[in-house]
Amino acid sequence: MAPVLELRGITKSFPGVLANDSINLSVEKGKILALLGENGAGKTTLMNILYGLYKPDKGQIFINGEEVAIQNPSDAIARGIGMVHQHFMLIPVMTATENVMLGVEPIRYGIFLDKAKVAKRILEISTQYDLEVDPNAYISDLPVGAQQRVEIIKVLYRQADILILDEPTAVLTPQEVEGLFKVLRSLVANGKSVIFITHKLKEVLAIADTISVLRGGKVVGTLNTKDASQEKLATLMVGREVNLVVKKKPATPGGVVLSVKDLCVRDESENLIVDRASFEVHAGEVLGVAGVQGNGQTELVYALTGLAHVLSGEISIMGKPLHHSSPRNILERGVAHIPEDRQRHGLILPFPVHDNLVLCTYYQPPFTKGLDLQQKIIIETAEKLVDQFDVRTPNVFVPVSTLSGGNQQKVIVAREFSRPIKLLIASQPTRGLDVGSIEYIHSRIVEKRDEGTAVLLVSPELDEIIALSDRIAVMYKGQIVDIVPAERVNKAYLGLLMAGVKSKEALEMAPTTSMEEVDRVT
Amino acid sequence: MTTNLVPKNAKSTNLRTRLAAGILLLFTGLIIILLFGVNTKPGLNTTFGLTPLGDKNVIPIPDLVLPAQPAIYVLAIVAIFVGGWQLARGIKSTGLLAGVVAFCFVFAFLIWAARDNSMDLVGMMNTSVVRATPIALAALCGVISERAAVINIGLEGIMLMSAMTSVMIATLLHNLYAGLVAGMLTGMIIAGLHAILVIYFKVDQIISGVAVNIVGTGASSFISNRYMQIYTDQINNSGIFPNIPIPLLAKIPILGPVVFENNVIVYIMLMLVAVTFVVLFYTRWGLRTRAVGEHPKAADTLGVRVYMTRYVNVILGGLVAGIGGAYFTIGSVGRFDKMMTAGKGFIGLAAMIFGNWNPVGALGSSMIFGFADSLQVKMQILNIPVPTEFLQMAPYLVTIIVLAGLVGKVHTPAADGLPYEKQ
Repeated sequence: MAPVLELRGITKSFPGVLANDSINLSVEKGKILALLGENGAGKTTLMNILYGLYKPDKGQIFINGEEVAIQNPSDAIARGIGMVHQHFMLIPVMTATENVMLGVEPIRYGIFLDKAKVAKRILEISTQYDLEVDPNAYISDLPVGAQQRVEIIKVLYRQADILILDEPTAVLTPQEVEGLFKVLRSLVANGKSVIFITHKLKEVLAIADTISVLRGGKVVGTLNTKDASQEKLATLMVGREVNLVVKKKPATPGGVVLSVKDLCVRDESENLIVDRASFEVHAGEVLGVAGVQGNGQTELVYALTGLAHVLSGEISIMGKPLHHSSPRNILERGVAHIPEDRQRHGLILPFPVHDNLVLCTYYQPPFTKGLDLQQKIIIETAEKLVDQFDVRTPNVFVPVSTLSGGNQQKVIVAREFSRPIKLLIASQPTRGLDVGSIEYIHSRIVEKRDEGTAVLLVSPELDEIIALSDRIAVMYKGQIVDIVPAERVNKAYLGLLMAGVKSKEALEMAPTTSMEEVDRVT
Repeated sequence: MTTNLVPKNAKSTNLRTRLAAGILLLFTGLIIILLFGVNTKPGLNTTFGLTPLGDKNVIPIPDLVLPAQPAIYVLAIVAIFVGGWQLARGIKSTGLLAGVVAFCFVFAFLIWAARDNSMDLVGMMNTSVVRATPIALAALCGVISERAAVINIGLEGIMLMSAMTSVMIATLLHNLYAGLVAGMLTGMIIAGLHAILVIYFKVDQIISGVAVNIVGTGASSFISNRYMQIYTDQINNSGIFPNIPIPLLAKIPILGPVVFENNVIVYIMLMLVAVTFVVLFYTRWGLRTRAVGEHPKAADTLGVRVYMTRYVNVILGGLVAGIGGAYFTIGSVGRFDKMMTAGKGFIGLAAMIFGNWNPVGALGSSMIFGFADSLQVKMQILNIPVPTEFLQMAPYLVTIIVLAGLVGKVHTPAADGLPYEKQ
């Protein structure tokens, strides 16, 4: 029997890049194909071609053995292809029903929307596939996991047989990931086919039937899950052997560097987003802050770095309080900041690399003499840093916007680490980076810790938190719900805390499960 | 060693706004007493006419006669009582508070202004509806266009051009309806140009809107000066739409003379508000329009044609604004003068925002502006001791106050003003 979907020789180039280079793929009915690859490997381009958002330069697409031309998303939908985008394509101010019906609205009395009919169908789908959703709930009121279920229902409502999920687990808690996997299994059991795009090795091994690995726009290997291992996949994905485990010695904590007591911060719409947070970070240790995105971590970091107004509470660094300090003031006390959004808060994109490398210190000697910037010294310093931190750039004069994400992040790391620091605040330091860059950034952070720097690491990636931290704080709805030593923690417990379960109940629900066992489940 | 950074708790800001609102109410009460109460001699009556003089259609009802000074004091006490309540307990709805303040103040002002005299209240409310008509049409144009995420601040220019063409065509063809159609077409053409500039060429929407305004005012003023003031009888003297009382409905006391004895443009405006509301929230087109205004990419991935939706909405908005323009000439004075819209397009945009991008809300807030306008006219007639120039500022002052302070939690369409880039 012909595969449900087959791609032959798909090639697509953008100015200067060959995004997809004669790619062959096939998906069987009732199976899950994982498409594994680093950022920029061409996964998303390929799926956008399949969904009709891009036109391929060359190549053929077959559905059930029949060649098809997909010009736009409507064609794709008509052919039974549905896509769950990484950034949800949902309209927050509308209800689940309205979102599901958009584009294929049933009509009654000639002109009016038939919402009742859609709501009924949603309930049918949701019972059939175990996708619990309230059709009348507004999207903005739903947690991320439920929003994803609406996205999946949206695709199923259009009677898709092939579901493409683009990085579906990036925004979910471990429990929600498990829920998603359950849904995927029930989908394939009902004869649907799934393409699962990700760069997370563990998930691929847990859910996929076959795995195709993409690198540099080419399929570098297709294998059955039973023949695959994490090491094998990582090597295929990166093209060289990768060190998946962060090597680190036990921490030797020193005195308190950062102390936060009863910190409250409000967000733009005046909601209390950080709620009486208290913790300490010692010299020579990494305190990881885990939590689902949007639980106040961003605002916590803003408050610590002087980017947000503090409503109440106390922050002190090396025993000295911050009292309405400006960001520059805070930097000068030896605080380094790797911001969550590197393009908005970390770099001035149109500026050349060398200027970006001295953004924290350009006004001090030796970079300034009187009113005069010492360009020569700045450039020399920048060239030294570029070498030292292995930033891949043609020279230091190109705008930093032309660098890849990983190299942009290295520019920030080089800038922050090249001055004497006592506290490092790293917010999602590896967001959107490839495995190679992640490895590099992680080792530099551990190195700083071993030099005696206090590190506050904020990340929604639980794996990253567990790999790097000495102690782990969990944030939920603005509160630090628990702080635990990293060696004594298990992932299920953290996941429950992140989902808002009280720590006592979480302990009862996940008392003995060791890390390894949980890893196998998820 | 640590210090407290900001010595206040999370509730303090709420408390402060509560205190401020309460004190404002108390203050309003005092102003009412000092300004109006003390200046009114005891024993005077104020008469509010509830049946327009000489109106044969409506079932007559007796006039409302109030003892002036006691009535003013009652209003002052209401304001003070609500203020005290707010201070002591807090009232959730800011809209309610603002409504109470505005009502007490305005009503006390009317009683004072018409003391020992009579005032045609129903006539004034009718004037409010009439004056609100072009504002509401402008606001409706804004709603239709901005719900699809295209800002159209060129309303003023569109309305001026439509006002001019409608009176020209109406005079030339001796047909007011032809003039109305000409106004609509003019609005559609100019809005269409704006649409092409901002959707196809991705010109900044504000800049394009400003350009439309400048061209609209410039061209219409030039043509007016050069031709229309000279060949008045040939091209600038159309007559106006007559008032048509709606059978039966016009008989209802108060409501009849206020709403159902107007000209055709007022009726069109009211119908358009209702139609737009239904279309926007209960039909396929409306759902797609809102989707395009909130998250065009999501709409696009579901096969909704984003650009097409935007073109159609902007051009339909132009049609509505064209009717609003026609109102100034063939709907009210029958001739064109330069700059005769006098900022009504911008007030319309304010009404759209205050009405939370909802057609019915836009009508409601247009009424507030219309009321401020009719109040100003009435006061000039009543000869109150305030210079005319200050009275004429009323609608614009209300605009500023509304936009600065009273706009509560409105939701702007999320993609409003942003061009959509297809991949």
